[in-house]
Formats: sequence, C-alpha cells, structure tokens
Amino acid sequence: MPTQTIYTLIKQLFTKKATNPFPVKYTPENMHDAAELIEKDELEINPPVDVPPNFRGKLKYDIESCIGCQLCVKVCPSQALVFKEDNTVRHYVNRCTFCGQCVDICPTDSFEFTDEFLMAGPEKLYEDLVLNP
Amino acid sequence: MSREKDTTYEVPIGPIHPALKEPFLIKFKLKGEEIVDAEPFPGMNHRGIEFMGMHRNPMEVIPLSERICGICSIVHQHMFTTATEHALSIEPTNRARYIRTIMCELERIHSHILWAGVAAHEIGFDTHLHFTWKIREKVMDLLEYIAGNRVNYSMWTFGGVRRDITEEMYPKIFETLEYYENLYEKLEEIFLEDPSIKLRTRGVGVLTKKDALELCGVGPTVRASGVKKDVRIDQPYAAYGDLDLDYVIPSRYGFENKGDVFCKTVVRLKELLQSVDIIKKCVEQMPEGEITSEPKKAALLNKLGKSAGEGIGRIEAPRGEAIHYVRLSEERDDVDCWKIRASTYNNLSTYAPMFMGEQIADIPLIAASIDPCIGCMDRAEIIDINRGEVQSYTKEELHELSVKKTKQITKGGVE
Repeated sequence: MPTQTIYTLIKQLFTKKATNPFPVKYTPENMHDAAELIEKDELEINPPVDVPPNFRGKLKYDIESCIGCQLCVKVCPSQALVFKEDNTVRHYVNRCTFCGQCVDICPTDSFEFTDEFLMAGPEKLYEDLVLNP
Repeated sequence: MSREKDTTYEVPIGPIHPALKEPFLIKFKLKGEEIVDAEPFPGMNHRGIEFMGMHRNPMEVIPLSERICGICSIVHQHMFTTATEHALSIEPTNRARYIRTIMCELERIHSHILWAGVAAHEIGFDTHLHFTWKIREKVMDLLEYIAGNRVNYSMWTFGGVRRDITEEMYPKIFETLEYYENLYEKLEEIFLEDPSIKLRTRGVGVLTKKDALELCGVGPTVRASGVKKDVRIDQPYAAYGDLDLDYVIPSRYGFENKGDVFCKTVVRLKELLQSVDIIKKCVEQMPEGEITSEPKKAALLNKLGKSAGEGIGRIEAPRGEAIHYVRLSEERDDVDCWKIRASTYNNLSTYAPMFMGEQIADIPLIAASIDPCIGCMDRAEIIDINRGEVQSYTKEELHELSVKKTKQITKGGVE
C-alpha cells in the first residue's frame, strides 16, 4: 500500500544531506602527509561551517585594560578564571563552559568572544589553552 | 514464596544510562508475555547537582542549572532564575518576558519533534527517526542563530535576558515557523494515519483519566487522558498571560481522550502547531524597552550576596510541570538551598497502570511515551522463579522484540 512513509523515503534519497560534511571524505592514512597536501593545494577540503552571529568561541583577554577587580573570578561557574598576584587573571580554556558571564560583568570590557572554535591541544595545559599563563 | 503456585516472572528494567536526567528502575511481573504488575524505583543515580549549586553563588548557578538536562536547558534556567527573582522580588522587564516565551516555545518544538523520532525508532521505523531529526535541525539552527550556541543557550539573567531578539532576526524566525507549518500536514499523515503506526500505538499503554488524576501525572502524558492541566494557562508565567491559549487535549481535535500512546502523539503534534502560533503572536506583540531590569551586574552580584528570601519557579516544560525551590540567606554568598522537581518524576508513577496487561515487546514504546529520555533501558533481566534461572535482555534485544512485533502485526509488509 503506498503510504506517506514510502513516498517520503524515496524522496529522501534525492534531497541534500542535512548533516555538515567532514573536512575530507575518507580519513587519511597519515595526517602529516594530508596536511602537507592541503598546503600545496593538492587536497581539497570541505571548509568549516560558518558560526552564528552571537557565537561564543574562545575568549580574548586584554591584559592592558584589566584593573584586577576580580568580578569575573566571582561569577565563573567552572573556576576557569584564576586570580594572579600581579593583579591579572589566568584563563584555562579547557575548563571554560563559554557561558559568557565574565564578558557581561567586566567593567572595562577586557574579555571578548572570538569566532575561534578549534581548540584541541595535545595536553591540558598546552600553551594555546592557557591565556596569560 | 511457594514455587508451585506462583508462575510470574520478575523483570527489572533499568537503572542507569548517562544520557538520562533521571535514571530509574522498573520491576515488572510477567505471566508469560503479559505484564501483570509494574513498580518504578526512582533515585538510582544521584548526580549531586543541587549540592554543587549550594556551593556557588546564584550567578554561577545559572550556567550550572541549564546543564541539568540537554534538551530542557532553557526550562531549568528559567525556573532557577524565576525562583531567585521571586525570592528577591526582582521583576523582569516586559520585553524580556516575551523573549523568554519565544525561547521556551522554540525548545518545546524541538523537544516534541525529537520525541516523535524516538517513538518511531521504538516502533521500528528508523526512517522516521532520521526524517524527524532532520527537520529538527531547522529549529536548532534558529536557536543557535538567536542564542549563539546550539545547546546551553546562556540566555537568562536575573531580571531579564542577556541577548535581544532584534528586528533583523524576524525574517529567519518567520521562515522557520513557515517551514514547520508547511511540514505539519506531512507529520500528521506519518504519525496519525500510517496503518502500521496506528496498529502499534492505538490502545497501547492506556492511562485512564481517573488514574492520571490520582497519580498526579503532568504534561502531555495526562493531557492525552483528557485532564486539563497546563501551567501556561493555570498560572501564567513570562508572557503567557497576554496570550489566548487553550488546553491541548485530543477531544478538541475529534479524537477520543483515551490516554494511549496514540493520544499522546496527537497531543504532542498539536502542541507543535500551538507553539508556532504562540511564537508568531509574541513576535508581533513584542513591546519595546530594555531586555533586563538589572543592567548593572556587579551591583546585582552584591545584592544577591546580601539578600535573604525563598522563592519558587514553575514552568510547563515540554514533558510537563517542573518546579525549582531556592532559598538565599544573608550569612552566605552561596545559594542556601536548591531543590529541583522535574516532570519525569511525577510521570514515573503513571507507568504502573500503563504497563498493566501489555506485552514485553510494548515496554520500549510505552516507556518512551512519557518522554523520559528512553536511554535508561540499559538492561533487563528475567528471573524464572520456578526454576531459579536468570535470563537477561539487553536494550537491543528488547528493541528487536518490538520491531518483530511490528512486522508480525503488519504481516511482514513493513521493513
């Protein structure tokens, strides 16, 4: 019996895929070789998906304008911000939940969200994962 | 226990799955294939999230509260915020009320579509699972566009919201709503008129109106039985007081208020349409003004530390009514007491009459019908009391049984 189910199923075969594609179609055998090929423009990759306008990515910390009021440390739910002796804060990216309360409360706007979302590192305290170490 | 007379088997199902908000255990008594008794045992896994909240100040608890559930993150955030507002007598601004309503309804749309996919999966139609989850992406994209993230929106603050819905966002909102309006007929045809789905859902897992009232069920689970219960209408919060709403019960749409899985599907699908209407009205009536009544965050933090009081936040979550209780004291900066009562806790007790007289193959579908994040169905064990043998069912085997039943009913016609 032809039902809506069968009709939908057949139609699905010819529609655009809903998921975002991976950078390459198959996992390369060697990542270093693949990276070199990409640099030489010999391997085409699917670009990352655009981020939405209010995206909350990796934080940018402006050490010059920070006045050391510690308000951001008080509202951070995951203790990702630690107050240092030189009146600045250290930010551990791997602990951050990207709630943005520090950005909201900062009186001098020292914190700012960027569009960066690729934050993988080989270890917890990798140099890119600690701001103002 | 006399071994000669008692021929029932006991089947414990549950308790733990990491994806579940409230892991639970149900012990079934079986006579052959038929369920003669079902007893739910909640409280199998305690995450201590309330304890964590009691060691943080209220500002820190907002992001924590939205991580109670992955699907209802707006719901818990709203309840904690309104409970604290109640304790401190902070009034949110009018514009914030409307933005909160829009976000709550967007979440209801995505939760109900997700449920429809899960129910189809339990029946054995994985194509519908993929189809519904594909159309759900549209509302997830809209939520991401408004809030900045796909899940954990971080929208709420005391006295309002943190991000505005500006006029540039209206075209995308209306486009998404139109998409669901156009698609609605198709969804109804798939879930309410497909003969195989009708065979599996009609008359299965019946909850009578009397049982629904006695066991204090909430949300779509009891509305399917004809109980008029909806916090949005009974005690309006946010901007629901300004809107003209009516209870979504099956008899309004020409169906019988039977309380079976079919009626629950009807209620959830019709609520989808209702949500679309609510968002449309909210966007049209949105008042001008500030988005928060407490723009100075540092002063607010100071005020929260010094004030005392207790408050309650209620909401009609996609799964039913849920409550947060918050108490603040002058001595401590942190939250003094935080208690959460989520909707699945109430609905667990409605399992007992729903399972009565059904078959083992219906367990996944009926368990999914109250929308409890069905991932809890990790393991089931059948203990043969007569022989003292233990027979276990994994979740996959139970699922296979369910798929087999669909095939049997439709005489192998459906794959």
